[in-house]
Amino acid sequence: MLDGATEGYTTADGRKIGGVMMEMKNITLRFGGVVAIKDISFDIREGEIRAIIGPNGAGKSSMLNVISGFYVPQEGEVWFRGAPRPAMRPFQVAQQGIARTFQNIALFEGMSVLDNIMTGRLTQMNAGIAAQALWWGRAQKEEIENREVVEKVIDFLEIQAIRKTPVSRLPYGLKKRVELARALAAEPKLLLLDEPMAGMNVEEKEDMSRFILDVNDEFGTTIALIEHDMGVVMDLSDRVVVMDYGKKIGDGTPDEVRNNQEVIDAYLGVSHD
Amino acid sequence: MTSGPTAPQSVPALLERNALIYGAKPAFREKEFGIWQSWTWLRVNEEVRSMALGFLALGLNPGDHVAVIGRNRPALYWAMVAIQKAGAVPVPLYQDAVAEEMAYVLDNCKARFVVVADQEQVDKVLEVQDRAPTIEHIVYQDARGLRKYDHTRLHSLKDVQAEGRAAHERFEAELKAREGKLDYDSTCVMLYTSGTTGKPKGVVLSNRNIIESSKNSSDFDHLRSDDEVLAYLPMAWVGDFIFSIGQAFWTGFCVNCPESPDTMMTDLREIGPTYFFAPPRVFENMLTNVMIRMEDASRFKKWLFDHFMAHARKVGPDLLDGKPVSGADRLKYKLGDLFVYGPLKNTLGFSKVRVGYTAGEAIGPEIFDFYRSLGINLKQLYGQTEASVFITAQPDGEVRADTVGVPSPGVELRIADNGEVFYRSPGVFVEYFGNPESTAGTKDADGWVATGDAGFIEEGSGHLRIIDRAKDVGKMADGRMFAPKYVENKLKFYPNILEAVVFGNGRDMCTAFINIDLTAVGNWAERNNIAYASYQELAGHPQVLDTIQAHVEEVNRSVAHDDMLSGCQVHRFLVLHKELDADDGELTRTRKVRRNTIEEKFDDLLGALYDGSRSVYTETEVTYEDGRKGKITATLEIRDAAVVDTQKVAAE
Repeated sequence: MLDGATEGYTTADGRKIGGVMMEMKNITLRFGGVVAIKDISFDIREGEIRAIIGPNGAGKSSMLNVISGFYVPQEGEVWFRGAPRPAMRPFQVAQQGIARTFQNIALFEGMSVLDNIMTGRLTQMNAGIAAQALWWGRAQKEEIENREVVEKVIDFLEIQAIRKTPVSRLPYGLKKRVELARALAAEPKLLLLDEPMAGMNVEEKEDMSRFILDVNDEFGTTIALIEHDMGVVMDLSDRVVVMDYGKKIGDGTPDEVRNNQEVIDAYLGVSHD
Repeated sequence: MTSGPTAPQSVPALLERNALIYGAKPAFREKEFGIWQSWTWLRVNEEVRSMALGFLALGLNPGDHVAVIGRNRPALYWAMVAIQKAGAVPVPLYQDAVAEEMAYVLDNCKARFVVVADQEQVDKVLEVQDRAPTIEHIVYQDARGLRKYDHTRLHSLKDVQAEGRAAHERFEAELKAREGKLDYDSTCVMLYTSGTTGKPKGVVLSNRNIIESSKNSSDFDHLRSDDEVLAYLPMAWVGDFIFSIGQAFWTGFCVNCPESPDTMMTDLREIGPTYFFAPPRVFENMLTNVMIRMEDASRFKKWLFDHFMAHARKVGPDLLDGKPVSGADRLKYKLGDLFVYGPLKNTLGFSKVRVGYTAGEAIGPEIFDFYRSLGINLKQLYGQTEASVFITAQPDGEVRADTVGVPSPGVELRIADNGEVFYRSPGVFVEYFGNPESTAGTKDADGWVATGDAGFIEEGSGHLRIIDRAKDVGKMADGRMFAPKYVENKLKFYPNILEAVVFGNGRDMCTAFINIDLTAVGNWAERNNIAYASYQELAGHPQVLDTIQAHVEEVNRSVAHDDMLSGCQVHRFLVLHKELDADDGELTRTRKVRRNTIEEKFDDLLGALYDGSRSVYTETEVTYEDGRKGKITATLEIRDAAVVDTQKVAAE
């Protein structure tokens, strides 16, 4: 059902998944002598929710950094929309429509929620520094347009009540949500989430899952996420890549992955008798 | 003022009138995407018309009941008017009701259409549809998350309106005909009472009930078309219907809907309503927040606040009532207004309040006086769903914490021999839906309605005073009068006590269950470095028990002063390990105590209060917000409270 099909597939709940958006071809990433990722290939398709899972130190975050263009692999190629992607600066990545959240929240603590989310619109601000400082002409028009997008995101994530609150005063779960909001403000085509549920309680996890599904549903955003919570991953994602010690040990639908012997061994350990 | 033959005879007709005479004036506002969006009367009329046409296109029949579920949003208010315009009956439901309650009501009124706000409510309705088989169509406002749902019976409200606009030629004549049939006697709305006992009952209110009550009360408080209100109370509650539809459509004032339930305080401040209504709980919470924040203020600010608030307490209420106050005091009050009261009112969003009401429960005198001393014209009213709200209200200048005012215009009052209050007015409901026995039990042939409350009319002032629910007033074993609410209210006036339930009917002494207020007690614990991990732990803390005991003993001293009720002093009490909750059936949705349920549920605790034990172990079932059930266990300490010996009085 997956291999070779360039025209996509239909998920269990009836969503149409499109063709390949991004493809990893034989990626190997080394830090000095340490091999973080070893010869991994997989693809991410338009409109799907793709999870990368694996035990601690499996190379998941490294993989996400390769996808985001932050790391350049020593071997292999990243294909984006049918062409190999050259090494890029972060703003170029953002301009391609890729946004991300971080495992350890990376917000501007002293700034309000609103200002933080507005920073997600930076790539859309083209007015010169003088116009911005004087809030005049193009800068004013741009700010109004950008604010409109940001307000829609605020409404979407139900954080109206903390719009003006400094981020440092927020509890952890809400900070995570603000970070998602900032990523969404960039109106990404591909959204990368690095452990969006880490450290959350059950209720917060449920809320976050709801938001992730809604983002995918409402905006058709393709989502690639790393997550530890198996229950969440299995419920949320359409396809799962499983990594262990830098290698890919499984790839498929949650059910396929769940029944894959190698995956079971990696998670539960193998008896040595 | 009488309604001549040309006066509008229905709420949709009032809307047509407003579109003519107020046309470009804002009728509704809602904060969305960070900005207040507004709709003029003209626009609202158009929105309602297209909705009504859309409902006709969906096949709505005259006399159908249509449930409306969601938080206060303009489109849902319009839907209620549109439903009536199309000849059907709107039935607003509490949006936080669990599926169980919703199933009962939907089935009881045989709703064919349900208009809901969002996915959460759609899920709830779908969950109960096998128990409410009459449901044919669900119309939702917010499409979010509903994309994957089966849309054979689901419709977006926008699509329904678009359909209505497109098909207007086909249905225009039919809509006109149905609208033409609406008169003073046709049903305007059906509201389910929360019911402290038994299942909820559908109260049928006619256009006469709603329009006459709105007219009378608007005249009473001189409401004007430039007034502003904030609509934040449940749409299923009769008060909200009267304020946000009845009075708003009668006087043509503007209804403002908050952005989300969490932003209510900010929105209140931004709008600055001139006419404001809140149950005592809201005023209590606001006051608690002010006090907590003042505790953290700098020394000088705290001093300034205390100093001027003391002065405000002395002269503020008199100034508001127009009584003579010396020039020096007036000047000092002016200064206080500049430094303290003005900014404080601004922070609370009360700068422009001309008429404020509290009702539903008794309000603590200190809380009531606090707001009045700031110069906010806060008054009390006494009402019921069955009366289309108004039974009595306090006129400007005659405001006191312990009465509920004089009969509202058009209302007659009568006190029965057993002390129960009866009333008769143009607002008296038509009937309980499909329940003639209950209707007959509440309303007699002459139109007198039993309130179920015991009270008396004070000599001299003519104000009504409510003592308690008539059925709760009982006798103790030695024949002394037992009025639990009277004592509970006194207890609840302490910020540390959220809820109290007093027992003693037919017994030889009174005892009480007490719920602490987590905000107030939690703040106190924080300031005193008392660590706690849960509500339960805090509620069982010895120091908390000491504080509560002091409150109980203070109340006992105050109760002892009243000859009639001195027997109601609380001898023993315990602090409950869980907050009483509507989800567990212990409170009604309007947060009134369900005495019998509590008595049955906690009979082990009640037993321990009377058998003299020092502590009691208990297991309690709790319902979580998503409907799952769990169990909590606790060992509760029982305290004895000092009582004032009143045998001399009782022996008379």
